[in-house]
Amino acid sequence: MIFLDYIRTFLLRTLQTLLISLRALRRNKMRSILTALGIIIGVASVVAMVAVGNGAQARITSQVSALGQNLLSVFAGSRKSGGVNSGLGSASALTLADADAIGREVPDVVAISPEATTTAQAIANGRNWSTTVAGESPDYLKIRDWKLASGSMFTGREVRSAAKVAVIGSKTANELFGPLNPVGQTVRVGNIPFVIIGLLESKGAGMGGQNQDDRIIIPYTTAMKRITGEKYLRSINVQIGSADRMKIAQEQITSLLCQRHRLAAGRDNDFNIFNQKEIADTVNSISKIITLLLGSIAGISLVVGGIGIMNIMLVSVTERTREIGIRIAVGAQPGDIKLQFLTEAITLSLLGGLIGVLLGIGASKLVEVFADFKAIVSTGSIILAFGVSFAIGVFFGFYPARKAAQLDPIEALRYE
Amino acid sequence: MNTPVNTTPVIQLRDLAKTYQTGEVEVKAVRGVTLDIQRGDFMAIMGASGSGKSTLMNTLGCLDQPTGGNYLLDGIAVAALNRKELAKLRNKKLGFVFQSFNLLARTSALENVELPMFYSQPLVPLRERHHRAMQTLEKVGLGNRLGHYPSQLSGGQQQRIAIARALVNKPELVLADEPTGNLDTRTSIELMGLFQELNDSGITIVMVTHELDIAAYCKRIVVMRDGQVISDTRNEKRRSAVEEIATLDQAEQKAKLA
Ligand SMILES: Nc1ncnc2c1ncn2[C@@H]1O[C@H](COP(=O)(O)OP(=O)(O)O)[C@@H](O)[C@H]1O
Ligand SMILES: [Mg+2]
Repeated sequence: MIFLDYIRTFLLRTLQTLLISLRALRRNKMRSILTALGIIIGVASVVAMVAVGNGAQARITSQVSALGQNLLSVFAGSRKSGGVNSGLGSASALTLADADAIGREVPDVVAISPEATTTAQAIANGRNWSTTVAGESPDYLKIRDWKLASGSMFTGREVRSAAKVAVIGSKTANELFGPLNPVGQTVRVGNIPFVIIGLLESKGAGMGGQNQDDRIIIPYTTAMKRITGEKYLRSINVQIGSADRMKIAQEQITSLLCQRHRLAAGRDNDFNIFNQKEIADTVNSISKIITLLLGSIAGISLVVGGIGIMNIMLVSVTERTREIGIRIAVGAQPGDIKLQFLTEAITLSLLGGLIGVLLGIGASKLVEVFADFKAIVSTGSIILAFGVSFAIGVFFGFYPARKAAQLDPIEALRYE
Repeated sequence: MNTPVNTTPVIQLRDLAKTYQTGEVEVKAVRGVTLDIQRGDFMAIMGASGSGKSTLMNTLGCLDQPTGGNYLLDGIAVAALNRKELAKLRNKKLGFVFQSFNLLARTSALENVELPMFYSQPLVPLRERHHRAMQTLEKVGLGNRLGHYPSQLSGGQQQRIAIARALVNKPELVLADEPTGNLDTRTSIELMGLFQELNDSGITIVMVTHELDIAAYCKRIVVMRDGQVISDTRNEKRRSAVEEIATLDQAEQKAKLA
């Protein structure tokens, strides 16, 4: 019972003190707002940065995983000699025999698709459209985790016979056929008629920003024989059975190809392997670092905000010296005075935190308008923001509060 | 022996001393004051400026600790108490009235009077706080000024609020350091009237003043010089403020008619 009484008294006192503090803050409305501004900006930027950072990371991660599960892509050409983009896939290095060898000798490979691509004019339905024509194997859809909206994928038999069949991307289909179902229609690519047997589901923009839905997929044999006319592949896409075997499989493919291409030990490879998991990991760690970096910059502004609070609290203690003297004279204990000013500082910084969180959420939504991803405002960052605001109030309010509590009442009462 | 009335003096001073140490210089503000103040007394402390009146008052008020001698407030040895215990003692047993009123600005009369109850232990319930503050303000004649801010009131009215604040926790003793110092003559007499009325109802009052005219309303006059009490006398020809005011009013009437 005594304990409950104690709690009740404590709560009532805290409430009382809170009311006094709110009142003091309301009296200096403008000053309070300006003082809280540091915290407001700090908290708002922490919340917004973390939200935008998380959103961007989630977006990139989903893009990377949309490439397909556990994907290794072997590109012809060396990174050093050819530069990153233009060099890849352009050298005459990868052959079908390489693809066969990989499929045969690397045990973790569960699906493989040699790829020969080019850009060509597609004509159908009286319309003309320039698009990417990709020669692939039937495994391609499985590797890229891609589904058909209607029709079916070509089979191994059609690859072997270099059949003139095609699976068409949704964008290309729309350009050529409009709302018509393209399955069963004919499209001419480089003057060769292809029967459309399948329509791909829409996948949206890919990692480079290009539209993945604008393409026609045909058997790689047909592509090499009739469209590109080359015996070299642009790349080989390989799916590995499990994520933790990716690295080993990559090493095995590398040594296999080095051996097949008779590359001397010191020479640059004439191929390059793109490891989807590695990219995803890199992207993740980079975006984590950026988020952390931006977060700590915002954190600095929180500290600056805290110093602002301490400054104004010191001013407030000086201004209200007489008030403090009066309170002490009528029986306020040092603890009462300390609690009053500490509460004021905490209220100020928590209020700043609250406004900051709201502004931060607003800013994240604003970023969403301009960026093509959703900002993810996490409860964690909001709780953190409030926790930090509270801590700042306590930390930077403590010294002024103690100073107030230690004032000599006689001098305080004489203070002009 | 059975004594229903508490006969211990409210204040017992034995050889009380207060020395200020400012750098190399020692200032002996109070040196060896021995005094008893009984319940119901109304005492004036007089003396020249710098004679140690305020220092003695601050020590009596537990705002400061003496550097020598003994001080018992209501039987409690003050010297042994820390800041927190002194604060409790002030809250419960003492009321202050200052020359410069010392009210909280931009705070209503009612809330100013409620202030001491804010720090009372156990906590005074909100309702009772309002009630008591209102009653006390009525007692000092300001029952119709509850919501006014100090800046909206005259000096005399502000001092009445301060007196209400000093009384609201039913103290053993009210300490007033030159309460009429900032007031004109008539308002001063009116205020002394209030003090006399309060004293008649049993409240013990100690008041510092350097005006003989004001001290004349008290029951006992103590004169200080250089930190010591040089005389301590009963005021046999005590003036009554109520009568003075009546006389003043008559004089005013005559002046108007003339
Ligand atoms: N805080 C202090 N520090 C040093 N000396 C002080 C202090 N307060 C008062 N004194 C000195 O003590 C003496 C008595 O002062 P005070 O009690 O204020 O006198 P009074 O109220 O009778 O005018 C004076 O000489 C004054 O200068
Ligand atoms: Mg004085």
